[in-house]
Amino acid sequence: MMKKIIALIFATLVAATAQAQETPDVLIKQVTEDVLEIVRNDKDIQSGNTQKAIDLVDKKVLPHFDFLHMTALALGKDWRKATPQQQQQLTAEFKTLLVRTYSNALTGYKNQKVVYKPFKMNAGETDVLVRTEVLQPGSKAIQLDYSLEKKESGWKVYDVTVAGISLVTNYRDQFAQEVRNGGVDGLIATVAAKNKSLESNLAKAEKK
Amino acid sequence: MMKIFLGNEMSRCRKLLAGSVFAMVFAGAVMAEENQRDPYEGFNRGMFAVNEVIDKLATKPLAQIYDKAAPLPVKAGTGNFFGNVGDLWIGSNNALQGKFGDAGVDIGRLLINSTVGIFGLFDVASELGLEKHEEDFGQTMAVWGVGGGGYLFWPVIGPRTLRDTAGWFIDSYGDPVWRTRPVSVRNSLLTLRFIDIRASLLPADKVVEEAALDKYAYIRDAYLQRRRNQIFDGRPPRLDD
Repeated sequence: MMKKIIALIFATLVAATAQAQETPDVLIKQVTEDVLEIVRNDKDIQSGNTQKAIDLVDKKVLPHFDFLHMTALALGKDWRKATPQQQQQLTAEFKTLLVRTYSNALTGYKNQKVVYKPFKMNAGETDVLVRTEVLQPGSKAIQLDYSLEKKESGWKVYDVTVAGISLVTNYRDQFAQEVRNGGVDGLIATVAAKNKSLESNLAKAEKK
Repeated sequence: MMKIFLGNEMSRCRKLLAGSVFAMVFAGAVMAEENQRDPYEGFNRGMFAVNEVIDKLATKPLAQIYDKAAPLPVKAGTGNFFGNVGDLWIGSNNALQGKFGDAGVDIGRLLINSTVGIFGLFDVASELGLEKHEEDFGQTMAVWGVGGGGYLFWPVIGPRTLRDTAGWFIDSYGDPVWRTRPVSVRNSLLTLRFIDIRASLLPADKVVEEAALDKYAYIRDAYLQRRRNQIFDGRPPRLDD
């Protein structure tokens, strides 16, 4: 009995240390494989249940993302002009938008495989790029890269690039345009309105 | 009927474009610059709206029918076939950019896929580890130092910078499909390829609709980022934030 408990404590300790020292490439691989494993066995997500895909992303993926950093990156120069409260509000809305739209990608999953590119990191580096590729039968591999920054709580993703297109900076001109038209508050209102309309679409889809 | 119509349209588009591009170059030099990356935004938004209608009424429905009707092996075969046809031109562009190793891979792919891969229907070369490349004359010109020259949106053809519009012309001369005769066969092949490409983009439609605050700007910026990535072969230098 005692032996078992000691073994358990030891195992927990080892797991905890492993978590803290995890390299960014290992983190990306673990999370990706975790999520794909769940999607592979979930007929609801495969048949287009967006809400279930969102819940999965919420639970497994979001803890490893830094949305404040992402939002700052999307807003560019205007970020410093925003008050802390505006920054928080915009981050919340932008997070909802990104999660809702890109969780949908999971519902399109059809036996794609992810290949992890060789990763090298110098000691003490705090900003890295982890490169992967999505292979699908009958078409060219899609490049899928993650930018991560080391924070006290571990490595956090702050940008995702698909075939060279950053899902974050692709908003920069659209955000700047909204800020020109209605200030940071105008931008927050626009993103919030977009989220509302997506929400009602989702509700309609579920009733069907 | 539709097939021939689209093929002829594309051919006519090509001629029309030639005229417009040269007109643009001169107009652009005179125009005051609003958005540096999108100096012809007014024209582009108009063309974008036209294209949205064409897509909604003709292209997308055709692509959806094709997507539903063709089983996966047929779609994969079609994609592979056109991919194989393009490898010679891709190899030429790699050579023009001084990447002779990559050019060798492209020629190797062409030889293997045209024979073992049965006229390119099967991409055996990829399975043997000869990776498919994405090259065109627009990228070659970029490597030679030609600037993008402003963003343009064309109906049917879609987004192209000024440089890449010119590149697209040259590509069509290096493209065996454009050179196929009789013209009716060429038109059928062009249409099939066009529909096949559009069908492959169907899953992205929903994402763009949902993610974009301004669909026009979203597509423009995605195109410009993707091109930059292609020009640098997947490893673009970091931009300052």
